Amino acid sequence: MSGRVIHPWPLRLTHWLNVIAMVIMIGSGWQIYNASPLFDFTFPFTIGQWLGAAIAWHLAAMWLLVLNGLIYVVWSLASGHYKKLFPIRPRALLRDLRAALSFDLKHERGVYNAVQKLLYVGVLFAALVAVLSGLAIWKPVQLWFLSDLFGGYVVSRFVHFFAMTGICLFILIHLLLVALVPKVLPPMITGGRLP
Amino acid sequence: MIKRRSMLLRAMALGVSVPLGGCNYEDPEHPDLADKFLHAMSAWNDRVQAALFDPHTLAPTFKPDQITRPPRFNAFYSIDQAPVVDEATYRLELGGQIQDKTPWKLTQLRVLPQESQITRFVCVEGWRVIGQWSGVPLRDFLRRVGADTRCKYVSFKCADGYYSSIDMPSALHPQTILALDFLGQPLTPPFGAPVRLRIPTKLGFKNPKSIVQLAVTNIYPGGYWADQGYNWFSGS
Repeated sequence: MSGRVIHPWPLRLTHWLNVIAMVIMIGSGWQIYNASPLFDFTFPFTIGQWLGAAIAWHLAAMWLLVLNGLIYVVWSLASGHYKKLFPIRPRALLRDLRAALSFDLKHERGVYNAVQKLLYVGVLFAALVAVLSGLAIWKPVQLWFLSDLFGGYVVSRFVHFFAMTGICLFILIHLLLVALVPKVLPPMITGGRLP
Repeated sequence: MIKRRSMLLRAMALGVSVPLGGCNYEDPEHPDLADKFLHAMSAWNDRVQAALFDPHTLAPTFKPDQITRPPRFNAFYSIDQAPVVDEATYRLELGGQIQDKTPWKLTQLRVLPQESQITRFVCVEGWRVIGQWSGVPLRDFLRRVGADTRCKYVSFKCADGYYSSIDMPSALHPQTILALDFLGQPLTPPFGAPVRLRIPTKLGFKNPKSIVQLAVTNIYPGGYWADQGYNWFSGS
């Protein structure tokens, strides 16, 4: 047990805090959506049994989501962790994507393959859009510049919905990959060691 | 392997249900731990919103052809149960930190300078409508009756039992009006006749209808929905 840690503790801490924040935000967001659906369906599973409780959860957990996200970004920049996410080269992406789809993608400990890089950068972007469009919906008057950025109050709601959809797709793929390669889970809890 | 995976799924399912089970935020009289947490966060969000509130930032205004027709009725009861107030005997009662508490007749309110606005009404449920309201700017009215505008709150009591309150900075905002007209006509009972608050810098439920009493106070007055768990400030 002498090698380098695969997942340093700030990464693990912010990852699991983010799990809590995301579950609350998405679950309560679905209940809020149900009060005035944008499309011809409602969500069967939600957090907060009624609108008031769902909004209370949503506007409480947003602080955890945003503060935890800021800590992750600052740590990532300060520690150089962000360099693991870049560059994403198209050729490597095509190669890794093909390998992944034929279930032939080798998992190299401590290194992100191109598909992982794209997914992680993609979900970070979706989360940023979700937060900014959420603020635009919450404060269309005081934060009018955010509201304008997304094309007004009504469009902001759609942008917020699709950002959530993107995050949910990421979670689905993320969990599927963990299920396919279960050995990646323990290091996200213990930190793990590179041989 | 299968066992481990099903354990993982079970752990995830527990993660969803354990911290949130039973937190219904439904009984304000008997708050559980989660309710207290949510209440503290909501109070924190009130302070954040008060700090974010800029008295010079105006809510967006719209063109007459953007008005939502027909207008959308919303209340905690159905449209046929809206209170009908007799306009001849109507008096707007004043209370709290106000020098001249003489009640106001509707005709007296009508001769004060009126403001008209075409603004967006955003419901806490997520939908929005655009309407045109006109009436007496609340800040003009508060000054006229000698209200102590250093107080924290302006509270409202309504003919239908509804009640609400707003912070003083929002009450003094130039777009906050005691509306008498809606879509160019006197207010009708479903839309708050004879006097309603129109405050486009807050969510719809902070726009009480059929107001019968207005008071200025430093004691937190709460509100019909705020007392049930909705965020009190609910600014836009």
